[in-house]
Amino acid sequence: MNEWFDAEMWEATKLTLKLAFITTLLLLILGTPIAWWLARSKSFIKEIIGTLVALPLVLPPTVLGLYLLLLLSPQGNFGSWLSEVFGSPFPFSFKGLVVGSVIYSLPFVVQPIRNSFEAIGEHSLEAAASLRASPFDVFFSVALPLARPGILTGSVLGFAHTVGEFGVILMLGGNIPGETKVLSVAIYDYVESLQWQKAHVLAGGMIGFSFCVILATTLIERHWRKKSNE
Amino acid sequence: MSKFEAEFKGRLGNFEVDVFFTLPQTGITALFGPSGCGKTTILRCIAGLTQLEGNLVVDGKSWQNSSNFLPTHRRPIGYVFQDANLFPHLSVRGNLEYGLRRIQNTQKTKLWEEITEMLGLEALLDREPSKLSGGEKQRVAIARALLSAPEILLMDEPLSALDPFSRMEILPYLQRLHLDLKVPIVYVSHDLHEVEQLADWMILLKKGHVIAQGSISELLANPQLPLARLPEAAVILEGAMQNFDSKYCLSKISVNGGSLTLSQNLRVVGSRHRLRILAREVGIAKSWQDGDASFLNVLSAIIVDIQPFGEQQATVFLRLGKQANGDVLLARITRKSCDVLQLKEGDEVKALIKSVGLVGVPTVDQAG
Repeated sequence: MNEWFDAEMWEATKLTLKLAFITTLLLLILGTPIAWWLARSKSFIKEIIGTLVALPLVLPPTVLGLYLLLLLSPQGNFGSWLSEVFGSPFPFSFKGLVVGSVIYSLPFVVQPIRNSFEAIGEHSLEAAASLRASPFDVFFSVALPLARPGILTGSVLGFAHTVGEFGVILMLGGNIPGETKVLSVAIYDYVESLQWQKAHVLAGGMIGFSFCVILATTLIERHWRKKSNE
Repeated sequence: MSKFEAEFKGRLGNFEVDVFFTLPQTGITALFGPSGCGKTTILRCIAGLTQLEGNLVVDGKSWQNSSNFLPTHRRPIGYVFQDANLFPHLSVRGNLEYGLRRIQNTQKTKLWEEITEMLGLEALLDREPSKLSGGEKQRVAIARALLSAPEILLMDEPLSALDPFSRMEILPYLQRLHLDLKVPIVYVSHDLHEVEQLADWMILLKKGHVIAQGSISELLANPQLPLARLPEAAVILEGAMQNFDSKYCLSKISVNGGSLTLSQNLRVVGSRHRLRILAREVGIAKSWQDGDASFLNVLSAIIVDIQPFGEQQATVFLRLGKQANGDVLLARITRKSCDVLQLKEGDEVKALIKSVGLVGVPTVDQAG
């Protein structure tokens, strides 16, 4: 390690990537069925659930962080049950960050996937059903492949949004190196302590990273669109 | 296929559906009627894609009754959609294999070979659906439906989204289906000419109700039904090739109540043909001496009904044969001619037929 990129910075980077990967994976597992249900259901409850999922888009992260902190706190019923099940309390731990990130980034994953599912329309799904595919089978053999662009966009947005998260993490995780000190928090720390160079390396790196990710997504989507329009 | 009985009731949009009908064991049954009469809805009900109250018994098994509703994927149907509806993420081969992979059948290879050959798809297998023409897409869609080994094939206006050229390309395949397929086909259409070419049976619908069902020739010639009041009213006659006059290249076909001459070589004596005679191509004469005019087809007939058609014309229903026991023919003539000839029910007349068209494909009798 050199003075441009020391062990502490490396640790924050690793932690951020780990958080983003785990969060994205959980979001895909959780968000895809929610998106499917929101796209297909005709019941009124779906509007309520849809609104709840979208809330993190408009709420200040501190609000979300505050309530999550209260909810997960081992002093509360739910929080104490959770910490018993998982062996340790959630606030100020990596686990807590994962929970916060999943909730905070949920709309960024659910919305594009839901749009993709809705764009498929009834036609292909009905054709599949007429060819003896059960609803479960239809979901995996037709809906998921056709929603590929939305799933890609959702994953990228979920990942990038988690990498860039700050408010919820500060409220819920504090600033523990190796446990909860992710890049955004590290940058804030360096600026506070006037370590401008380190702050620049990390901040500049994040700009470069975000640019590459969004560009790559756009190119892949363009390629897919071209392929299906050929 | 021993029994097919359907009964659907319910409200859909702005009209009431209330139908009961049965299907024959084989052949094409047309669900025919003007746009918005509920044809597609009824087809979707058979497929289980739309749910209305009712009863549906297919081949002795109940697909729907007051307590049970078999979901679409459990019904052994094949469904051909109006716009082909191929899966865009799969190649032609992938689309065809989709249904085939989901059925229990020991002879999949044989089925695959038969169907791809029947619809001429060998050259298209590795293409993407987006690279196919409209006609090719519809052929793939038909094959895909057949490869799921359906016990009944449901077709929802499979030609309506196609341009006239693609229609011409698909029709022969449909006619072949008609001959080769052992399962009944329900064919939704609002195009009478298409129905005349393909269907054996017809269920005539109006605003969600069945107004008639029966063989297509019967329904077309029925004075009580609106079909004979259409501008393009026609009848379908079935006949067997009798002999061929090689000097003038004319084939003689015997129909119920007379015989018709066609300027075509129909080759096989005894082969059965489907003839279409438009009402406006038929004239009437009170008396007739052979050799008086250029008409080749002059048949004895008896007037069974006369209906006005518009201000100037009338539709005359003629029963062929001297004993009035043959097929019915329609003649569209002017009201003036009707008055001048003093035509009335029961009159013995001659039907002068200007042209006879062949529709569908010939079938060869076992004996022929």
